[in-house]
Amino acid sequence: MTVLDAAAIARHGDELYEALVAGATVPNLRDRVPGITIVDAYHIQARMIGRRVAAGETVVGKKIGVTSRAVQNAIGVFEPDFGILTSAMAYDDGATVPIEALIQPKAEAEIAFVLKRDLKGPGVTAADVLAATDHVRACFEIVDSRITNWDIRIQDTVADNASCGVYALGREKIDPRDVDLALAGMWAERNGEQVAVGVGAAVQGSPANAVAWLANTLGRLDMPFLAGEVILSGALGPMFPVGEGDHIAMRIGGIGDCSLTFGRRTADA
Amino acid sequence: MLDAAAIAELANRVDGAQSNRHTIAKLTDDYPGMTVDDGYAVQDECLRRWQARGRALIGYKAGLTSRAKMIQMGVDVPSFGLLMRDTCDAEGGVVPTAGLIHPRVEGEIAYVMARDLSGPAVSIDQVHAATDFIQPAIEILDSRFEKFRFDLPSVVADNGSSARFVMGGRMRRPNDVDPATIGIVLEINGEAAALACSGAVLGHPARAVQMLVAWLHERGRILPAGSVVLTGAATEAMPIAKGDIVCARFQDMGSINVRID
Repeated sequence: MTVLDAAAIARHGDELYEALVAGATVPNLRDRVPGITIVDAYHIQARMIGRRVAAGETVVGKKIGVTSRAVQNAIGVFEPDFGILTSAMAYDDGATVPIEALIQPKAEAEIAFVLKRDLKGPGVTAADVLAATDHVRACFEIVDSRITNWDIRIQDTVADNASCGVYALGREKIDPRDVDLALAGMWAERNGEQVAVGVGAAVQGSPANAVAWLANTLGRLDMPFLAGEVILSGALGPMFPVGEGDHIAMRIGGIGDCSLTFGRRTADA
Repeated sequence: MLDAAAIAELANRVDGAQSNRHTIAKLTDDYPGMTVDDGYAVQDECLRRWQARGRALIGYKAGLTSRAKMIQMGVDVPSFGLLMRDTCDAEGGVVPTAGLIHPRVEGEIAYVMARDLSGPAVSIDQVHAATDFIQPAIEILDSRFEKFRFDLPSVVADNGSSARFVMGGRMRRPNDVDPATIGIVLEINGEAAALACSGAVLGHPARAVQMLVAWLHERGRILPAGSVVLTGAATEAMPIAKGDIVCARFQDMGSINVRID
């Protein structure tokens, strides 16, 4: 189900890519493209990612979004979405992220999965996901939107690569056999003040369910889901805004911790 | 400060509402000068009467421990209430709520003390060294105030809305788990009704014990060995009704199941 031809998909994908590179925003797509479907939006996303790959980035994994009931209610869609992680998005635990790399960033604490075996849907269960998982890690995803004022519905965020910005993985790698993912508690703080708490069950009942959804969705789309890929499984608690000079830290019970600092703007303007 | 006659009169109101299960207007309607300390004086007077009737104090509960509730009530310290032995129900059993006015359930971590703890500023390490074990708990709250209209002095006098509590699941040594990152899922009739992390309580539930000990110290008291401390809601308080099945699941600490009757 699509309304856009190849030229229109390329035009919108290019527009979002150029907004990303320029650190600018564009008006939401749904008001400019009447009837735009989620499938159209994934095609636009593929174009945007294609531009990043052409510029030298490599695909390193996927992120799952719209996994919590609160976010689903907010945008009126009752299943997750996904975006693509590239090499340029990855930061080390404890790193300083240049604030110029981001437009209107917000932080989410998540559990990341790294697979040891390819997964091919349909028919993938949460148990299949756990059996194919090499390890899980704490993860900060810094979501960001190339859409003005975060004015997004599902088509806008999907086209904009599921609002992915950058991410960092915690250092500890935990075998999923050693942790109860659904009951892993999370707290996050910004500049020493607690700003979010959450739990694994906020992600589709358990983060493994979200990864199974992704495997099955990618299977239907005939997209690969490979060993070694990093999968961000969805936010355990509410997202919170971050800005220049902020230091954020979080811990997930039984899994590990992660922190990031945001750089200050250089005074060149 | 209210005089002894006023405190006694307010204790009559609160004790009457709790015993006979009827609502009352918030206490500051008739005593606009009532302070939080007056609220605790009413609590103490109620305790004196309860003990005279043979009821036993087995610990304390902390309230207003989440940032959201503190902002809502405009405070920066928790409130404290009394835990009476006869309000404790068994896990796997039935929680009687007949006559409760508008009961709600919340999930939290309970500390059980192995040794006396006292002083103005005990550390989290000292709290843990004095702790026998921690355990999952659920608390049934029931404000006696009409339409939930209350203020801090009134809710303190009403014993922090305490009604019933249940402890269960797996006991743990606090140093064998991270008490600040225990995920909690509160289910009602099989649906996840509230999701939380134990660190929602003051960043670490042991802080509620720290602040309780400091509060007791100001009043010349200690937290005796054997005490139970309910450290305050990690989850939102969810309404419950007769027939509901409540299950609270805690990371690495098991779960508590009860039926509401």
